[in-house]
Amino acid sequence: MDKRVAGKIVEINGPIVTVRLPRVLNGEQVRIGKLGLVGEVIGRDGEQAVVQVYESTESVRPGEDAEPLGHPLAVELGPGLLGNIFDGVQRPLAAIREQSGDHVARGLNIAPLDRTRTWAFEPSKELARGKPVAAGAILGTVQETRTIQHRVLAPPDVEGELVELAGAGEYTVEQVIARVKTADGATRELKLYHRWPVRQARPYRKRDHAAEPLITGQRILDTFFPLLKGGKAAVPGPFGAGKTVVQQQIARWSNAEIVIYVGCGERGNELVEILETFPELTDPYTGRLLMERTLLVANTSNMPVVAREASIYVGVTLAEYYRDQGYDVVMVADSTSRWAEALREVAGRLGQMPVEEGYPAYLASRLAAFYERAGRVETYSGKHGSVSLIGAVSPPGGDFSEPVTSHTKEIVQTFWALSKQLADARHYPSVDWTDSFSGYVNAAAKWWHANVDPRWSERRAEALGLLAQADELARIVNLVGPEALSPAQRWALEGASLVKEGVLQQSALDEIDSFCSPQKQFLLLDLVLDIYHQGQELLGIGVPVQQLLGLPILARARRVKSSYTSKQMEELMGVRREIHEAFVGLQTEYGKPGEKPK
Amino acid sequence: MKEKEYRMSSAARGGLLFLRGVPGVALGDRVVVRDHRGRKRNGQVIRTSDETVLVQVFEGTDDLDLERTWVRFLEEPFEIPLSRDLLGRIFNGIGAPRDGRPPLVSSLKRNVNGSPMNPAARAYPREFIQTGVSTIDGLNSLVRGQKLPIFSGSGLPHNRLAAQIVRQAKLIGEEAKFAVVFAAMGVSYADARFFEEDFESSGVLGNVVMFINLADDPPIERLILPRTALTAAEYMAYDLDLHVLVVITDMTNYAEALREVATAKGDVPSRKGYPGYLYSDLAEIYERAGRVKDRRGSITMVPVLSMPSDDITHPIPDLTGYITEGQIVLSRELHMQGVYPPVNVPPSLSRLMKDGIGKDDTREDHPRVSSQLYAAYARALEVRNLASIIGAEELGETDRQYLEFAKAFEERFVGQHEDEDRSIIETLTIAWQLLSLLPPEALTRVREADLAKYHHYEKTTAKVA
Repeated sequence: MDKRVAGKIVEINGPIVTVRLPRVLNGEQVRIGKLGLVGEVIGRDGEQAVVQVYESTESVRPGEDAEPLGHPLAVELGPGLLGNIFDGVQRPLAAIREQSGDHVARGLNIAPLDRTRTWAFEPSKELARGKPVAAGAILGTVQETRTIQHRVLAPPDVEGELVELAGAGEYTVEQVIARVKTADGATRELKLYHRWPVRQARPYRKRDHAAEPLITGQRILDTFFPLLKGGKAAVPGPFGAGKTVVQQQIARWSNAEIVIYVGCGERGNELVEILETFPELTDPYTGRLLMERTLLVANTSNMPVVAREASIYVGVTLAEYYRDQGYDVVMVADSTSRWAEALREVAGRLGQMPVEEGYPAYLASRLAAFYERAGRVETYSGKHGSVSLIGAVSPPGGDFSEPVTSHTKEIVQTFWALSKQLADARHYPSVDWTDSFSGYVNAAAKWWHANVDPRWSERRAEALGLLAQADELARIVNLVGPEALSPAQRWALEGASLVKEGVLQQSALDEIDSFCSPQKQFLLLDLVLDIYHQGQELLGIGVPVQQLLGLPILARARRVKSSYTSKQMEELMGVRREIHEAFVGLQTEYGKPGEKPK
Repeated sequence: MKEKEYRMSSAARGGLLFLRGVPGVALGDRVVVRDHRGRKRNGQVIRTSDETVLVQVFEGTDDLDLERTWVRFLEEPFEIPLSRDLLGRIFNGIGAPRDGRPPLVSSLKRNVNGSPMNPAARAYPREFIQTGVSTIDGLNSLVRGQKLPIFSGSGLPHNRLAAQIVRQAKLIGEEAKFAVVFAAMGVSYADARFFEEDFESSGVLGNVVMFINLADDPPIERLILPRTALTAAEYMAYDLDLHVLVVITDMTNYAEALREVATAKGDVPSRKGYPGYLYSDLAEIYERAGRVKDRRGSITMVPVLSMPSDDITHPIPDLTGYITEGQIVLSRELHMQGVYPPVNVPPSLSRLMKDGIGKDDTREDHPRVSSQLYAAYARALEVRNLASIIGAEELGETDRQYLEFAKAFEERFVGQHEDEDRSIIETLTIAWQLLSLLPPEALTRVREADLAKYHHYEKTTAKVA
């Protein structure tokens, strides 16, 4: 390699610095100025290169040095990631705090993974000296947290013959645990970690088409607009519609093994909330602390804008790394709009031609390329893993036709549209049942039918039909009043209201209702539809609708969700009997017992 | 270089001064511009290269004669001196005194831009602040370290509400009052005077620092004023261990100044001509609120902004809402009806409320009462809408009860006197009185135990057949 000389800074325009630096590569990292700020080359023009800098460029002056680092933006992948909080370029924020206090100082150079900590490495039994080692081979394991076993992978660019594998014991991430002789005769030393450039998707053997829903414990999501493991979803919503709560609920309760939460240009206090509450919460599937399976990437709105652009890629690369170990990973990105705005800001400073609302022309292709990194795959080691991507979108003014929302809508398969109107009425989660969609319903149905109840599709469709009917009727009511409706129509309105209040609404703050198992989800849905059907029958034999509307069982049905936990299925079944008895009482009063009206 | 003055201005427009041929000037450095009359203006380097330097002049570039304008680079970032003597003083946007007293002298100086707080150093805000205003305490509780803006419109009483919050804000069981940083950008003399008098009459003036830029002061100064004010607030919170309440008014004027400069610089506009970085820029200001681990002080922020044409989707309120932890929205309709404070309940929100209320903080039933009031009022508004079409006589019994509830809610819960300092228990008592207008079956957000304890429903009207 040629030794490249340092260049000079020519111009500073916010986070965009122009340097005179011949032969630097596009995408290469550059350290600039006396402060040693790090950035990456995003354009070349003759002798000059344009660098976007991850930190504030205040007090940097033209004429200072710029030094090419010879590699693109990469992350360190190895044990010690989980439970941690990193900034947008994978610097550990806790270590930054130790060095620079309450505020983030500039020019800090801190390794993402702790160099002093040791890990108990257990070598793989299947590997032996002389055996071939290919990309993604599992060299051994490290118990990273109590729940997660870290599988130490051979980097994707390694292929050769194993010369040496370390025995069981305590190692730091910098110690060599394996030596591989490659085809050209050279020896590669492998450690517990390796580096991977974030803008390049990690390779895998092949895509895997098996389908299994990602259970989030949220009724409107799982039952009505399901997402599959390895799927891509977007949560658009105006401010105050509850985007963050939806995302945090997913991070809390989803049945993924690893959760990566990328706070991209959002509020600092929201990340702190996760940092403070997750260590107290337990995973409903394993009973372990949630923080053991979670890692955070935080670039809050007041942190430098260029690192915000990088944070999404850092997050998804970390997600792919755990996928390659054979885990189901969920990455939540809050918010992709801030990422798009970072793109826009950089593009604007470069004087690129804006297309829609100032966004550069490559917005749509960048978004699509990002979401394409989701998927369920068969890894090089033959395991199955997945990355599910869930991106929040913050449309200005709640206008879903704006560029980021509309492009995202074309890319994702599941679209959870949040509604300001529902949020204002404190109907949470404010997922709008008319604007939302899921392309995974048929695939998810197979799972629900096999594991929960074969009537799932039918019940789901019926509830959505009832909601649509009620929306229609509500328009009539708004014109002429409820008295104009027939008893059957009034009962349909009540049925829809039961679905909304008894099933769709779910309080994140209620200890009992915050998580709802698929079994309980189906039971609640079945319960309210049952009430609706039995009421319809009674109307048929002449029971006045007023009397039905006055039934105390209706208020009871609305409270069932927060009365019994997902474990109290016995009690929940008991409610069904209560309902049945209430209706039998009316039936004997008005008609012959057991007589079914046609 | 520090001593040297340059006369190399090549252009001046919209508060920006372009200089040619001054090498090696650092970004963000402070600049003193001397015009042909010998008057000094303050500036800051906002773009720099080998060839040209762009300086933003806070006092504006009006009647600058390029030939006779001298520029001196101070080789230091924009800093203000800080000491305990800040309290009780009035400054302008760049920290120069406005009260006729001598400038503050201190060896401690800090960069007004601050540096971003490490998320890992933040402590989650969870201490309930009682403002004595029912719509805030009961429905949108403010906690220490939160940023909760007031979204208002021209002619609405946002100033009176902000002043009332300043007067009444306290922690339950704590005597200590908040220290106040008051930052005003582009406000009228009358508004500035109103606050000053209010602080004076309530005896808090000695605990207040004011940073004022009036409507006829240079607009570019508005860009640095909130940063200066927040640097003072951070000093008070983290060096003097004070709990600081920051009132910033009016953020709309700030954003307009930003647009003015962005346009002059030739930045690519995004929505309504505002630059694409408006979000990041506003976040730099708002995110300076908060609490820090192992520090005693805190910064709670109540920014006020007027929504142009009462439009909440306008970029300024819209982006603000995405950054702040909720919003208190004022309603012109309620104001017209004489309700004070005219808080528009449905779109108002406090995101940090959930952890600051309940059994150990306010009262056990508070979260559910709040949710129930919201749900009931939302339903009541639908009924009111319906009644305006088909007439109230056509409504069923429950619907009529909702109508009555809506009226009572607006008059007795939302409405209160400007000097009325309601305790949270008083607020909750009123809430239950109102909920008692509705039958228990309608109240599914509260628990049965809450109903048994607090709900006193009396069926007044005859049952409709």
